[in-house]
Amino acid sequence: MAEERRFLSASGVPIALRRRQHSASCRELAVRGPRLQLRSLSAATSAVWLAAYGLFALSENSVVLSAAILITLIGLIVYLHFVKIDQESLLVIGSLGIQVTSSYASGKESTTFIEMGQVKDVVINEAIHMQKVIYYLCILIRDPEDPQGVSEVVPLFQSSKPRLDCLIEVYKSCQEILEQRKTAPQSS
Amino acid sequence: MVLKLFFPSCCSSADSGILIGRWISEQNSAVILAVVHFPFIPVQVKQYLGDVQRVTKVSVSVLGSWSNSKQEKEESLSEFLEDLGTIFCHEPWIQISKEGDSKFWSCSTLQKHSKNPQEEEIILVYYDQRKVMLSHLHPPLDTAGQRAEDASKLSAIFDTVARSQVLFMTDRYDEGPIKLTHWQSDGVEASIIVELLKQASVPACMLLTFLLSLVSGICRSRVLKFWPLSFLWSKLSTCEQLGHRLQHLQVISSNKKAQNQNQLMRKANIFVSLLMDVALGILLMSWLYRKNRIGHLADTLIPVADHVAEELQDLLQWLMGAPAGLKMNRALDQVLGRFFLYHIHLWISYIHLLSPFIEMILWYVGLSACLGLTVALCILSDIIALLTFHIYCFYVYGARLYCLKIYGLSSLWRLFRGKKWNVLRQRVDSCSYDLDQLFIGTLLFTILLFLLPTTALYYLVFTLLRLLVVIVQGLIHLLVDLIDSLPLYSLILRLCRSYRLAAGVKFRVLEQQDGKPLRLLMQINPLSYGGVVQTYRLPTYSCYPRDSWASLCKKLFLGELIYPWKHKGDKQN
Repeated sequence: MAEERRFLSASGVPIALRRRQHSASCRELAVRGPRLQLRSLSAATSAVWLAAYGLFALSENSVVLSAAILITLIGLIVYLHFVKIDQESLLVIGSLGIQVTSSYASGKESTTFIEMGQVKDVVINEAIHMQKVIYYLCILIRDPEDPQGVSEVVPLFQSSKPRLDCLIEVYKSCQEILEQRKTAPQSS
Repeated sequence: MVLKLFFPSCCSSADSGILIGRWISEQNSAVILAVVHFPFIPVQVKQYLGDVQRVTKVSVSVLGSWSNSKQEKEESLSEFLEDLGTIFCHEPWIQISKEGDSKFWSCSTLQKHSKNPQEEEIILVYYDQRKVMLSHLHPPLDTAGQRAEDASKLSAIFDTVARSQVLFMTDRYDEGPIKLTHWQSDGVEASIIVELLKQASVPACMLLTFLLSLVSGICRSRVLKFWPLSFLWSKLSTCEQLGHRLQHLQVISSNKKAQNQNQLMRKANIFVSLLMDVALGILLMSWLYRKNRIGHLADTLIPVADHVAEELQDLLQWLMGAPAGLKMNRALDQVLGRFFLYHIHLWISYIHLLSPFIEMILWYVGLSACLGLTVALCILSDIIALLTFHIYCFYVYGARLYCLKIYGLSSLWRLFRGKKWNVLRQRVDSCSYDLDQLFIGTLLFTILLFLLPTTALYYLVFTLLRLLVVIVQGLIHLLVDLIDSLPLYSLILRLCRSYRLAAGVKFRVLEQQDGKPLRLLMQINPLSYGGVVQTYRLPTYSCYPRDSWASLCKKLFLGELIYPWKHKGDKQN
């Protein structure tokens, strides 16, 4: 069963949270940001080409024009493949682990899987980002030497930066599954 | 408690039988390795599993039953399968049944000895057996010295499949008491070329070892160890690079098999890197020797050296005049300028003496490019060093003069203030000088101080020239190091067979149906290219920089000679 709700990100852009429950101990939470707008794409392209035409008029060298086309193409490919994140999702499988996926606009997906034995907890933390104080969700990784300590903090949803109301929904869903591992008799 | 079943996707269409694999009780998960088909004799199955366990040290056992009924579910078969649970007692006994072509299977477990029978959730995870068997998980966990609880769950699964290779050798089509289905059932894979290469590699290695022992014997002979020659060999970077490559060849041709994954990858990387190097070198050679390019190169070499000498002469004339409007001390200026000009004149005469032989020397030296592109680049760096030897000499003269002046000035400045350097205590002490000592000291101090700008200017100009040459040589060495240390085999493996280098796993949720267990697909998450380069980088023989920026500036200011590039094996200053 899937449900989708709309929220706002920390910078004011509309984002959508989609929750799917695959089974009693498996949930998927996906935050989708706005797609690439044709408006901003054409604005950027025309700005670069106008500048190139200006340079061409000054220098009478046609290399400037071909260089501008090349720069636009390569810049677009790099932006779509390495910078623009469309969707960030969290797959929580009780007793197996937590999987964090970022899908880029070009279709590339980068995934990290953290085993349940290494996860200490999932918490909402505050941070100073540029000139704002924002809330972010993070996974605390257990320290192998110190059972009470935390060796690493993995922040989630870094590019869409949802606000507190969205984060609370995600937090509640995660904690329901994480609690199951405390109630079940564990030996790991 | 959730039960996790790792099922190989190749067994999805196997006929009914019993499941064999490994039960990991700490994680409540079962890794299924193969399916044994009917008919079988239970005693023989147990014996076979005992043999496998002894060889692989993996605790393989019968885990449950698998029924794949193409038609309706047969009642008698299900009873028969439950009865099997009593013969092969395993706690819990897993039963998986698939009807027709349905994707959704029903799994159940039989717990006979548990006190509180509860319905536990079952997660079915499909994995590609061949890929998991061949894959290598990074960061590698060494088996010694790691507690069993610390080992991550996934590495236990990878380990189980990788070590059970002997199980995958018999197949359902073999004649024998046991008929198995696993990844090899789709077709036994082997490559004739690989087998032939493996057979041919042993005599090739022996031949290579013999040749290498000859070459290293010649290199170590006493003839080459006399003082001028050994000094020359240590200064030429070509000899270092050749020595480095010789070491690599020794690593490849050694008879011992690689112990673990790291050593195997290292050998393979060295081999591919050497091959690529030699191929590029031969390409360069074929380009150089076509259309008499060597002749053109030799013809332009002398005019270039002449041009450099002329530029240096112009520079010195400029320094002897009023450079940048500064007023120099005329006498010292003329002396230094004439000295350096005469030096350049000598150098040009030597170059002109050599000019008839240049083409022949270049021709023979160019042949050594077939040993590799790195050797060719090192030769280029050495030729640059030889051609700019006079700049190096000027730098040394200027630096020594300046250094002498600075030390003299600092000592006389102490005298000016009435202090002295105490060598015993390594500190500055006050001292009472006689009047004539003070008089002469102050005179000398004044002379040195007013001659300082001239010397400093010469020192500055020649240091800048020397730094320019050092930067050019440094760039060439950077390129050589890059070619030396790039792990090409690992990068190609990451490109073509990315499942071999795994950073972790990723799960994909497949179609679900209510009432049936959760279905997941486990895929291998390959290591990033940056991670591959970092893990498998080949070590090189040089490491830079030797000095930090602060100590470099200090040395420049004091006039001490700088050698920015340090090589491994150099004695520390």
